[in-house]
Amino acid sequence: MPVVRLEYRNVTMRFAKTGGRGVLTAVRDVSFSIADGEVVSLIGPSGCGKSTLLNIGSGLAAPSDGAAFVDGAVVAGPNSQVAFMLQKDLLLPWRTVAENVMFGVEIQGVALPERRRRAQALLANFNLADFSDHYPHQLSGGMRQRVALARTLAVDPHVLLLDEPFSAVDAQTRMVLQRDLARTLKQAGKTALLITHDLAEAVTLSDRVLVMSARPGTIVEEIDIDMPQREDPIARRHDARANEYVARLMDRLDIGHTALEPARGEA
Amino acid sequence: MNGTARSAPMRKGAAASFALLVVFLAAWQWGPGLLGIPSFIVPPLSMVADEFVHAWQVSHLLLHTGVTVGEVLAGFVIGSLLGAVIGYLLGMSPTAEFALSPYILALQIAPKVAFAPLFILWMGFTVYPKILVAILIVFFPVMVNVLTAVRAVDPDLINLARAFKATRAQIFWKVEFPTSMPPMFAGLRIGSTLAVVGVVVGELVGGNRGLGYLLTFGEGQANTPLVFVSIVMLTVVGGIAYLAVILLERRVLHYLPARTVGGNF
Repeated sequence: MPVVRLEYRNVTMRFAKTGGRGVLTAVRDVSFSIADGEVVSLIGPSGCGKSTLLNIGSGLAAPSDGAAFVDGAVVAGPNSQVAFMLQKDLLLPWRTVAENVMFGVEIQGVALPERRRRAQALLANFNLADFSDHYPHQLSGGMRQRVALARTLAVDPHVLLLDEPFSAVDAQTRMVLQRDLARTLKQAGKTALLITHDLAEAVTLSDRVLVMSARPGTIVEEIDIDMPQREDPIARRHDARANEYVARLMDRLDIGHTALEPARGEA
Repeated sequence: MNGTARSAPMRKGAAASFALLVVFLAAWQWGPGLLGIPSFIVPPLSMVADEFVHAWQVSHLLLHTGVTVGEVLAGFVIGSLLGAVIGYLLGMSPTAEFALSPYILALQIAPKVAFAPLFILWMGFTVYPKILVAILIVFFPVMVNVLTAVRAVDPDLINLARAFKATRAQIFWKVEFPTSMPPMFAGLRIGSTLAVVGVVVGELVGGNRGLGYLLTFGEGQANTPLVFVSIVMLTVVGGIAYLAVILLERRVLHYLPARTVGGNF
């Protein structure tokens, strides 16, 4: 039985509706677990509560019912085993690239020589060593997102929570970043929960894909991605089975029958 | 980046600027005579220059300038510190801001210089009422800018810090405080020129020291050149204060792309 790193057990999240009475159920009775070293993607329609699950996992929000567990312990608040990364790079403009990478470890009180060592190692790994003294505004979008990934890895978390990390970069850069992420996750043996709208991204990066329903979001299907080379999403894109999985996910999400279709027809 | 493309218009601009200065000074020197304006209305440049030397030697111009500079400096430093501290406190406590905002708004609308006579009644013909007017007038632009900046910090940035288990103090010093720097400097720039206004109004109302006093003294003597000398010196003091803030801003905000910092100086 593999070690479970991250688990959601009967998680329900309700919010008070803004501006009026009533309760909005964002997520309903979600249960799943992710084993050590596993990469799982979460897909579903907009507003189905994917990001809510991420906030619960990182301890930034407490669920209304149920609980999230990291390494078997209930998540009661932010903890150093979990680190997250968003679509926005959230780099601090007054810090150099290296200082941005050190942001998390600095907060956690890691000594300066060790912080420097980790930052330099990560930046070298992402081919950013020459840019360690640059400021974020001097970098391209793809490089900034790499720095954000390095910052996430610098705290050496067991679990990475990634919320559409590459959706703001262009398609070609995205493929390179996906490859970098996949390699890094494999090499370091990290566990990751990846929220994405990009079905090909979900298929090529993950061991498993969870499909969520519209609000109130709940998990309606779990698909094992039975393909080799999880560390090389570009190779997986060449694999015919990837297209089959994407097609299956499209069917499951009912893409083609949603409200977007007429808008696309007009364009 | 494209340094040559930008430096050519800058060189042209500087040359035009200098030419304009020469034209202005020439017009000041010979214009009044040509237009038949008497020298007690608009004294020509040379007369003002003579009066400058006279004021320096006889009327303690340096002393008066020094007093004004001291008051401006004290008022500006205390006013901006108070503005920043209150701005951060209100920015972090929406309840306090909600409770205090009508009073802050009222005080902001009230013309601060109108308090000058009151402060002189309270504190006499000393430097303190002048400093107090400057504090009051500098306070608001700094406070409002800091408050708005703290409110506008990206909540995801705060969440990022929280996810790394940052304490409240760490969130403030590592995220909120640096984020508020550019707007705060915008407030300080405004404050630096307003501080001079506050001090001068205080000196005009009462006292026997400072450039504002020298100005009223010149007026009483019908010494128009002395009035001009005082105005020129006040402009120099304000200009140096503004420039000092710009230089500090450039040092502190060195990480920003060059053209977004500190106006055109």
